[in-house]
Amino acid sequence: MSNTPLTPGIVANRLPSQAYAQNFGDHEAPLDRHEARVAADRCYFCHDAPCITACPTSIDIPLFIRQIATGTPEAAATTIWTQNILGGMCARVCPTETLCEEACVREAAEGKPVEIGRLQRFATDVAMAKGLHPFERAASTGKRVAVVGAGPAGLACAHRLAMHGHDVVVLERRPKAGGLNEYGIASYKATGDFAQKEVDWLLQIGGIEIRTGVELGRDVSLAQLEADYDAVFLGIGLAGVNALRAEGEDKAGVRDAVDFIAELRQTADLSMLPVGRDVVVIGGGMTAVDAAVQSKLLGAETVTIVYRRGQDKMSASGYEQDHAVQAGVRIIHNAAPLRVIGNGASQAVEFAYTQDGPDGLRLLSETFTLKADQVFKAIGQTLSGAPQGLAVSGGKLAGHQGKVWVGGDCAAGGEDLTVTAVAEGRDAAEAIHAILLNH
Amino acid sequence: MANLASDFIGIKSPNPFWLASAPPTDKKYNVERAFEAGWGGVVWKTLGSEGPPVVNVNGPRYGAIWGADRRLLGLNNIELITDRPLEVNLQEIKEVKRKWKDRALVISLMVPCDEESWKDILHRIEDTEADGVELNFGCPHGMAERGMGSAVGQVPEYIEMVTRWVKKHSRMPCIVKLTPNITNILGPAGAAKAGGADAVSLINTINSITSVNLDDYSPEPMIDGKGTHGGYCGPAVKPIALNMVAEIARSAETRGLPISGIGGVTTWRDAAEFMALGAGNVQVCTAAMTYGFKIVQEMISGLSQYLDDKQIGLSDLVGRAVPNVTDWQYLNLNYVTKAHINQDDCIKCGRCYAACEDTSHQAIAMSPERLFTVKDEECVACNLCVNVCPVDNCITMVPMAKGTVDPRTGRKVGDYANWTTHPNNPSVQAAE
Repeated sequence: MSNTPLTPGIVANRLPSQAYAQNFGDHEAPLDRHEARVAADRCYFCHDAPCITACPTSIDIPLFIRQIATGTPEAAATTIWTQNILGGMCARVCPTETLCEEACVREAAEGKPVEIGRLQRFATDVAMAKGLHPFERAASTGKRVAVVGAGPAGLACAHRLAMHGHDVVVLERRPKAGGLNEYGIASYKATGDFAQKEVDWLLQIGGIEIRTGVELGRDVSLAQLEADYDAVFLGIGLAGVNALRAEGEDKAGVRDAVDFIAELRQTADLSMLPVGRDVVVIGGGMTAVDAAVQSKLLGAETVTIVYRRGQDKMSASGYEQDHAVQAGVRIIHNAAPLRVIGNGASQAVEFAYTQDGPDGLRLLSETFTLKADQVFKAIGQTLSGAPQGLAVSGGKLAGHQGKVWVGGDCAAGGEDLTVTAVAEGRDAAEAIHAILLNH
Repeated sequence: MANLASDFIGIKSPNPFWLASAPPTDKKYNVERAFEAGWGGVVWKTLGSEGPPVVNVNGPRYGAIWGADRRLLGLNNIELITDRPLEVNLQEIKEVKRKWKDRALVISLMVPCDEESWKDILHRIEDTEADGVELNFGCPHGMAERGMGSAVGQVPEYIEMVTRWVKKHSRMPCIVKLTPNITNILGPAGAAKAGGADAVSLINTINSITSVNLDDYSPEPMIDGKGTHGGYCGPAVKPIALNMVAEIARSAETRGLPISGIGGVTTWRDAAEFMALGAGNVQVCTAAMTYGFKIVQEMISGLSQYLDDKQIGLSDLVGRAVPNVTDWQYLNLNYVTKAHINQDDCIKCGRCYAACEDTSHQAIAMSPERLFTVKDEECVACNLCVNVCPVDNCITMVPMAKGTVDPRTGRKVGDYANWTTHPNNPSVQAAE
């Protein structure tokens, strides 16, 4: 350990070497078999269960939990994957506290929902460890579909299309498939290279070819894809990031949180990843929390999330906010950045307090300054690199048009969640399949 | 704190909680630990005739069923009577009784079905100063194959005969322990009474296979690939035991015969229920085998609190519910209730709806907002919704006042009337 949390600047090696494995291990320990049986027994097997309705992929949750309770987690996994082929990752990253577990009747009854997310992970982990892939590819239809983007939407779409017997080519601009599962979520939520393992597992269906390093608009045009394939699915995500629009944004030490998270996810030895002594994260969503918590885990002395509106407007869930606070992150609400201070490199950020009124956000005269040798911008992603000519609504692709379907974060409608992307990819695949069958 | 001192057929104990004849009472060491923990008495594990003791299997003796979190709900065993020499047991019984004079110590016996065998064992136990004997006519496994245990308990004539021998050759109070593996408990109970028994104790264990090993296709517990039926006990058997106790307590031919209640007694509440149905005391085994002897402390404090709350004494509790146990034909057919769902307590799981809609009377409506309401015009008051609701007291059965119209039948709720006078009863018509 050459450095400590107190070493000034953006440096690596702030912690003893063994601290990294501990800090970036499973954020939530997996359930063992007995814990799973006990947790499963709490499910009431509700009629027309609210948790199913709350799940964007409509997993039959009471059924899979009963299958766990009766000692058949493999059957449970099949129930999960039938609706959500990325059920393993969703079990890890879903904000269950605002989805299925919020709807659980035991949440209403006693404030302690059935641990649906952890049970889903248990079932899928058991089945994946056994090498089960309970789906078979139908006889080839001879139809070819291009999927652009190997994120959750594209992968879900590709799997369902392949299962129906279509030949799928997935084009991915990055070096690896997985999308945000691989590049965009906190490391401690998907330990053990789970994102890649899940991609490899998914590809067992056969009939899917993934071509990495291929970017739509640069290496291939949508028109070309439409000419070469029977259908095209765009799951290109939100590749753009919003600017801070504060003075000094260009100073060294200021970067996009998504880039930091992606770099962290691709760093084999986290002790080599530099992080600031005083880190400021600007934003209020999951990305802000993931960047902040991981900065702290890398050994930053102070980490502060600053969000311009009140706590109730933060898109990070209460659970995520609590997690950040427990990790030692300070969260300041109702403050907006005015300028990044520093001679070439960031040293501090000056903020103004804000007031959220009917006319929008108003800056107050009261200001404060936070030390910051590293500043992460996490104020939202935007559609970028979408082909011309497609209808756009609210900054997102509006929907199916001719031979082109869309899904995931780039598509209008639904929350920007992995599970929503999976649902949209799956449903697009079914729609494509229905049309291709009739041609 | 209520006085729990118990006098059961003249046998005194500081509380009505005895340990049943079973593994926990097989030797001095265990029994003394039980007395130290506070048990009022024990029935020493069954002694057999003099001679080489029985042997037990050397594989598993117990099988079980569990709820979630492996809460033990039912236990079954294939253990035999004591496998220790008779002399050792008699010596230890004597030592324990001398040391623990205020506790009840009853000896369970099982010897071959001839008068000499019984006369001999009774003479041998005489100078132990034990308080009484319990005749084990209940064990359903192993010993029954040798003509003892439930093989005797299933033949009322044998029960009466052996009981007579015991009363003839001993002055000790005699409790006859009954097997539930019969069609009607009143036969064996009546036989015990006719033979001069001072009391009956019940139930012994129920013939059972707790589970089947689905890899080796053998009953559990499995001994080298085979299994045999064992005796079932624990919380799961309590309802069966309660009914048999109640039948003896209320039937004309056995009424007044003292009963020691056995069968799944796990808490003070279980004990109170047995006593309300006519048991003078209770015997416990599985709960102690599951949790250890300390549970008696909860039983003592719980029963005391209950008696204090009710402002009644222990003897007032015994048999208090017996007058309310009746035959189906005397139940009031004009007692009309309707299920009522308390919307403040409802957590909207919909289990009442699924149960009623799929399996009963389609008497619960479900709105798109998951509001569950009872359709009084369909509700027959079966109580299934109450039983499947996970929230205590969320669904209740509300009696309809006399004179109001039941929307299901269109008839006014009338005075008490039962099947014996109902126009649909063929025997009523025949009498006309």
